[in-house]
Amino acid sequence: MNYIFYGLIVLSIVIGAINGKLPDVVNSILTGAEKSVQIAFSLIGIMAFWLGIMKIAEQSGLVEFIAKLISPITKRLFDEIPPEDPAIGNIAMNFSANALGLTNAATPMGIRAMQDLQKHNIDRKTASNSMCMLLAMNTAGFQLIPATVIAVLVGIGYKNPTEIIAPTLLVTSFTFISAIIIAKIFQRFSPPQTQQSGGQE
Amino acid sequence: MNFQPVLNIISLWALPFIIVLILTVGMVKKIPIYEVFTEGAKDGFKVAINIIPYLVAIIVAISMLRASGAIEMIANSLSSVLARLNIPADVLPVIFVRPLSGSAALGLFSDIATNAGATAYSTKLAAVMVGSSETTFYVLAVYFGSIGIRKFRYALWVGILADIIAAIMSIVVCSWMF
Repeated sequence: MNYIFYGLIVLSIVIGAINGKLPDVVNSILTGAEKSVQIAFSLIGIMAFWLGIMKIAEQSGLVEFIAKLISPITKRLFDEIPPEDPAIGNIAMNFSANALGLTNAATPMGIRAMQDLQKHNIDRKTASNSMCMLLAMNTAGFQLIPATVIAVLVGIGYKNPTEIIAPTLLVTSFTFISAIIIAKIFQRFSPPQTQQSGGQE
Repeated sequence: MNFQPVLNIISLWALPFIIVLILTVGMVKKIPIYEVFTEGAKDGFKVAINIIPYLVAIIVAISMLRASGAIEMIANSLSSVLARLNIPADVLPVIFVRPLSGSAALGLFSDIATNAGATAYSTKLAAVMVGSSETTFYVLAVYFGSIGIRKFRYALWVGILADIIAAIMSIVVCSWMF
């Protein structure tokens, strides 16, 4: 991440200078920083709402029930985590919300899952294997219905917007499964986490 | 085949259904749902504040990259090669922008759809690309930021590889289906 952060910023300045866009690049620091805070603040309300709902789901045993339901699958993917841990239930809910395109609900569920996974993590500043797996599932972005894309297509008068659902589903399923397999392969070949040093990059 | 009404019903009812289900199970199990809700909701502010440093780092770096014109440069230099693989030039930037910024990718897609028209191959390909992938860098910042993870280990590489696979698969599937 250090190299990528350095690379992105230095590359932007060098290329910006070549293109004569240096003023834009400098301005984008301010607008980017402003936008980050706006995003974070706009998340507060919906985050609070879903974290509240999720707390009810956890205390009522619903999360545990879901965890048990899908444990045959998750046992293999999250082998460091006990099969009936609330983390597993939250991961399942995060996945379902993502699949249905409910991003606002999916993110707080995913964050609950990350908090649960952190309890099993031996180095609190380094990602555990399970966290990397959850991130793999989320960055691959599995979705049953690409609602925003369909909305745009409807907006421009596309006659049959649902015809993109089948190809999208095919691509997103393939990518999702690949991401899980890739994460498993990385897990096998990356050095195991240790107390202090953590996994190396 | 027209299953749009079914889809509309699912996307309209999914959220209300989940909320009612969770609240009802809570009531049946005699949980003091109002108290528990507010207890859980307290975390919302903390989580949102926690992710600010991570969001600033990633969003500023990406805004700078986009402002510098680097993405167009890469797309232009690759256009002759990729044209042979049946990838329209206007869709190219989508491949690079999609993992970086969700709103920018959706904006690009709207432009393509408006300019190329509803029936164009470009529109369909861009739609599948945007719909089948996630904003990798944003997801990493939010999820890891919320619990203070600084070393992502291989999570970033998995995310980037997944984006590459999604782009390639979109091209393969679209050239086969459309």
